[in-house]
Amino acid sequence: MAVKEFEKPELKDYSPIPKLVVEATSHLAPFKSKEEFQKSLGYPGELVENWQDIALNKMGDLLKKYRSLRVYMDSCIQCGACTDKCHYYLGTKDPNNMPVGRQNLMRGVYRKHFTLPGKYFPKLVGAIDLTREVLDDWYSYYHQCSQCRRCAVFCPIGIDTAEVSMAAREIMDSVGVGQKYCNEIIGKVHKIGNNLGLPEPALADTLEGLEEDVVDDIGVDVKFPLDVKDSDVLLVTPSADFFAEPHVDGLIGYAKVFHQAGISWTLSSHASEAANFGMFIGSYDNMRKLALRIREAALELNVKRIVFGECGHAWRVAYSFLNTLAGPFDFLDPRYPVPQHICEVTHDLMNKNVLQFDKTANDDKIITFHDSCNVARASNMGDIIGGQFSLPRDIIKATTNNFYDMEEETIKEKTFCCGGGGGLLTDDLIELRMKGAQPRMEALKRVIEEHGVTHMAAICAICKSQFSKAFQYYGFELDQIISLHNLVGDALIMNKKEL
Amino acid sequence: MSFVTIFYGISFYVATLILFIGVAYRIYEYSTIPAPLKIPTPPAPKTKPLVAIRIFREVVFFESLFSATKWTWLFGWLFHFALLLAAFRHLRYFTDPVWTWVSWEIVQAAGHYAGYVMVFGLFGLLARRIFVDRVRYISNPSDYLMLILIISIAISGLMMKWFHTDIYAVKQFFIGLMYFSWTELPNDFILLLHLSLVLLLMIIFPYSKLLHAPGLFFSPTRNQTDTARDQRHISDWAKSLESKK
Repeated sequence: MAVKEFEKPELKDYSPIPKLVVEATSHLAPFKSKEEFQKSLGYPGELVENWQDIALNKMGDLLKKYRSLRVYMDSCIQCGACTDKCHYYLGTKDPNNMPVGRQNLMRGVYRKHFTLPGKYFPKLVGAIDLTREVLDDWYSYYHQCSQCRRCAVFCPIGIDTAEVSMAAREIMDSVGVGQKYCNEIIGKVHKIGNNLGLPEPALADTLEGLEEDVVDDIGVDVKFPLDVKDSDVLLVTPSADFFAEPHVDGLIGYAKVFHQAGISWTLSSHASEAANFGMFIGSYDNMRKLALRIREAALELNVKRIVFGECGHAWRVAYSFLNTLAGPFDFLDPRYPVPQHICEVTHDLMNKNVLQFDKTANDDKIITFHDSCNVARASNMGDIIGGQFSLPRDIIKATTNNFYDMEEETIKEKTFCCGGGGGLLTDDLIELRMKGAQPRMEALKRVIEEHGVTHMAAICAICKSQFSKAFQYYGFELDQIISLHNLVGDALIMNKKEL
Repeated sequence: MSFVTIFYGISFYVATLILFIGVAYRIYEYSTIPAPLKIPTPPAPKTKPLVAIRIFREVVFFESLFSATKWTWLFGWLFHFALLLAAFRHLRYFTDPVWTWVSWEIVQAAGHYAGYVMVFGLFGLLARRIFVDRVRYISNPSDYLMLILIISIAISGLMMKWFHTDIYAVKQFFIGLMYFSWTELPNDFILLLHLSLVLLLMIIFPYSKLLHAPGLFFSPTRNQTDTARDQRHISDWAKSLESKK
């Protein structure tokens, strides 16, 4: 199935709220998961016969398991505060991409089947039956949500559409309608250990190659250890860091930090993936199984600390869920939080003057910073309020001379998603991804025009991949998106005496 | 005892039961459903007292709404605040002797003028529903009717300024209901209209979007502390997965 041609959005100097266009992206839906991948996750292979009953049962079950879902189904006043907050609405103009529009696809069914007014006066309260058409709408529009939670920040009740879209995806999986991209990837992690299906020998080979590259480049013997027992730190990083650009420069940056600080560290072939796609499909069970791999690796390698690389959703699961899913981590060094973000490690070493930087190494760049949605709105760093915003910026300011933020309305807790998060970073959704990137691209364009920004740094594997595409699409250069730890690695003054 | 008195007397008992039992049951439900994961939105406080302050600011100032849309905030906040002032004024019908602060001229006057502010705010919200294409798209008939219902309650209340009713008798009626010694309710059309609409509002409260009132206090994105790394936050149903290991 070829991806249909679509009209390219124009980047404007000022972004008015678009007039809605009904069904503008109702044709968009990701490829469905094949039977074998569904089965390996414990879901039916295809749409089951009595799917309505099963779906409604599952929904009833989730309403009893998740307070968020239940309260959010009841509490929406349809006030419209969220309607212009989603990057997908701003980019596609489809009213079902307004957060409340998206929620109402499920809320209508909830009202019909779980409330009295919906049962007796469906027209009055917008209650709808779970028909095949509604299921198709669910599949389409619950895969046009990147679970970035921007809407939740603005909602007067705090209704989080991510909770709704996760529940919807889990309900769909339970009746045999799963998404190919997410479910295949989860299958690979269960089987091989990472999203890319990179087996241990290939990983070892890749890391060896990196060691050679770094020696050639700076003449310092920086190691990229794999499965080294009794290391201090287990680094868990998104598998894209092993070879994708610009991700790999970030990995080189982490390695230089560990090397310079004299911290022994290792990657694990068993847990060679930070991302946890179990969250995207709303499956606590799958999310837990993936998280347990990290615990197992930490025990097996007898490490003292767990550190996560630059990955937004991974950091959400790590910071907010890991302790709950796979804890307690009482076998690790109690002096450090579990887990830590690589930015926390670097920031800490920076403050202790263990790391010295030559800012002029980055003088060819003028930097802005993209707050990745799941770091910004679903996690923290440094255990200070707003640390997830200030730590990365502190690091950038310590490693470069030129830094400018984008507009206040588009950064920090109000940051725009890159357009590819939440399990949507797949080519079958390219139209959605490019349109969803529009608000971020407009803010970037303005900071480029105003301050001559040349590069945008990010701390998320999905953001980096998505922007590599979106930059080219919107007429920027591919290499204008960089890893934050690329800046760190380039500016870090390395001790060369070891060679 | 007139039919009107008996009808409204019984109706207020029934509506009060539905309102209080209904809302209490919803609160019971919300408080017993687990929130199995930490999902607070930023800026997420680390301690419970700070969470209480956060919720207080949301309830009193509608802080999130303010950052989202100024018009909706203005109309919505004026309406809710005016509703509170009007409710204070109405306490004189349910307290005997009237609580001192309720009898203060400023409370009574504010409660009166608040009626107009309520109507203003509600018409603003209605206008947004009608004229903003995005809000119109998400509006169901019940969303319009809810606004019209509360507007009608406010206007019928204000109309009693001109169509006088024996408010002392009204007070005796409600005090009589509260202490189970009924007295006659004046048979005035505007009063009965006002009371009928209030009855309707009380009855639909636990079954409608008015549940946003208790809902806000149970919203995990707002009421959770940001302590995920410090302590496990495991729910009972999730714990049972661990024993299956």
